[in-house]
Amino acid sequence: MKIGIPRALLYYKNEKLWTKFFDELGIDYIISPETNKEIIDNGSKYAIDETCLPIKIFLGHIDYLKDKCDYIFIPRIEYALNSETCLNFRAQYDLVKNTFRNYNLKILFYNDYGHKKPREFRAFYKLCKYLKIKKSLGKYAYRIAKQTQFYYEMFRSETQENVIKNSKKIKVLVLAHAYNVGDKYVGEPILNMLKKLDVEPIIAEYLDAKKCIKTSFKVTKTLPWAYNRHLVGALELYKDLVDGVILVTTYPCGPDSMCNEMIIRQYRDVPILSLTIDAQDATAGIETRLESFVDILNFKRNGRNE
Amino acid sequence: MNNEILACFPQWGSYSCAFRYLFENGFGVKYLTPPPITKNTIDLGSKNSPDYVCTPFKYCLGCHIEALNNGANCLMQIYGSCRLNYYGELEEKILKDMGYNFNFFNMAEINFKSPKSIMNHLKIVNPNMSILKVASALPTTIGIIKTIDKMEDYIRKNVGFEVNKNEMENIFNEFKQKLDKTYSHKEYKKLKKEYLKKLYSVKIDKPKRPIRVGFVGDYYTVQEPFSNYFIEKELENMGIEVHREMNLTNTIINSKYKKVRKISKKYAKFNIGATANYTVAEALKYAKNGLDGIIHVKCFGCTPEINAQTILQNISKDHKVPILYFSFDSQTSETGVKTRLEAFYDMLKAKKK
Repeated sequence: MKIGIPRALLYYKNEKLWTKFFDELGIDYIISPETNKEIIDNGSKYAIDETCLPIKIFLGHIDYLKDKCDYIFIPRIEYALNSETCLNFRAQYDLVKNTFRNYNLKILFYNDYGHKKPREFRAFYKLCKYLKIKKSLGKYAYRIAKQTQFYYEMFRSETQENVIKNSKKIKVLVLAHAYNVGDKYVGEPILNMLKKLDVEPIIAEYLDAKKCIKTSFKVTKTLPWAYNRHLVGALELYKDLVDGVILVTTYPCGPDSMCNEMIIRQYRDVPILSLTIDAQDATAGIETRLESFVDILNFKRNGRNE
Repeated sequence: MNNEILACFPQWGSYSCAFRYLFENGFGVKYLTPPPITKNTIDLGSKNSPDYVCTPFKYCLGCHIEALNNGANCLMQIYGSCRLNYYGELEEKILKDMGYNFNFFNMAEINFKSPKSIMNHLKIVNPNMSILKVASALPTTIGIIKTIDKMEDYIRKNVGFEVNKNEMENIFNEFKQKLDKTYSHKEYKKLKKEYLKKLYSVKIDKPKRPIRVGFVGDYYTVQEPFSNYFIEKELENMGIEVHREMNLTNTIINSKYKKVRKISKKYAKFNIGATANYTVAEALKYAKNGLDGIIHVKCFGCTPEINAQTILQNISKDHKVPILYFSFDSQTSETGVKTRLEAFYDMLKAKKK
């Protein structure tokens, strides 16, 4: 049995959890390659044109995997850290099932839903049952995978915090979802441009999730989305330690459309640049805007020193 | 009655008379019936809201601004399972930034597990209110909503075939006007009996097998006629029987959610969010009942409806039902909508023959 894992959306949130889990169980898997132009074009063919860019990329990855493996792994996650997720994550399964109806895709999923406590394990247990794996084996694999994911996240957040404390360069907090900032097509060009301009990008998504979400309640009471709470909390925690903030949004992201407005209205005194990414290739516009933003930050810092 | 508090809820279909009853008789505050939506409302709304937020937000914001200009000082917003959850807080922030001063009753902030939290939030509307009065006004409010839905459903199915034009609409408008002066359950009962009888006695000349069209879509766009450019009225004028199940009665008061999930199971295994499951189930039902066509409307960027649209395409293929998709933003031209509707009507007519 071979499982295909699309390198899109929630993969960037749970990559170690998923891969380690299958490693421990000795199940063979392939991960689709980094996003490229071909994948996006293929995805756009399947998607309705109003769909957001991450979902188009996701469908492109499914298209790549569809005849290379027996099962495609598409979990459905309703709640993360006691807050909701974007509705697209709830509909992923049905979306793929209906879009690729003619290809007879077999979908492997776990369904993380409801408020009862060991939600994620319950979901993985059902997955084990479906794969006809002993519960004890599944539990063992899940624990190791969860630990790996935990240490991986801890390592990431500590590196980021070290950079914030020690770097003397201009620091910019990048507020973008994991699947945007980790994507080779969407996020990586922006990070590379920033590095070229001698700026240290600090990725909010890699900072400690629990701490950030706890802080975010100070800023906004009713924001429903966990992943946006993470970003808002990171901004609240580190706004004094960084020089500027960049909001990276894909067009037309539902949660971001409202959350970004709130951020811009709430933090009037923090320099904020809002970038919207579309499926187009042209990076010249983004480059120009980044350069001028960094120039402003430079002036601001030098002015302060004098 | 407290003269100082003037409450307002955004324009939403014909429900403002029901809300008026609840606020005036339950909470004991004055209610400002929101002025009907015009081009100005949506312009005001879209000017002050973020770019690609969904259109209902712009309508609600525009409505609130107009209400504030007319003297309202207590606004409210409901919550839901999609972006609607965050409407309240963002609207409050934007309006406060614009310099308005008001109380805001945000249902998303209420913790429904704790009675104290519910009570504290209700007191935002009127600090001296009595919960008993609210509770006693609630059954009548629900009754009014149900009657409105019942009447509208009947009108939608028959208004295209009435002998004397505009008769039904006049009766319905008169009913709404009378409702605005109702202060007791007894009066409402009498009105209901009288006007239902009037409505049912309107002469109609219905062919044996008229063209029937199902109307589905996202919660706000389907229910608020201005936001879907009066598609329902347009269809009725063409002599089409319009079916629509999305209203307050079917979704909140007598929730059919379990039934809906069961019907939509073949296409949507899970809850795909907000009203998408309703859309799928309704479309499936219409297709199975042999309706001639389905019209799907949504506001731009509505996440659950986009996902439902993928499923609707499959339903259309499986059941051989033509589906017309509309996506409305604040700037869709009315002529374009009309042209597409006319073409759809011609196609249905040709198919029927």
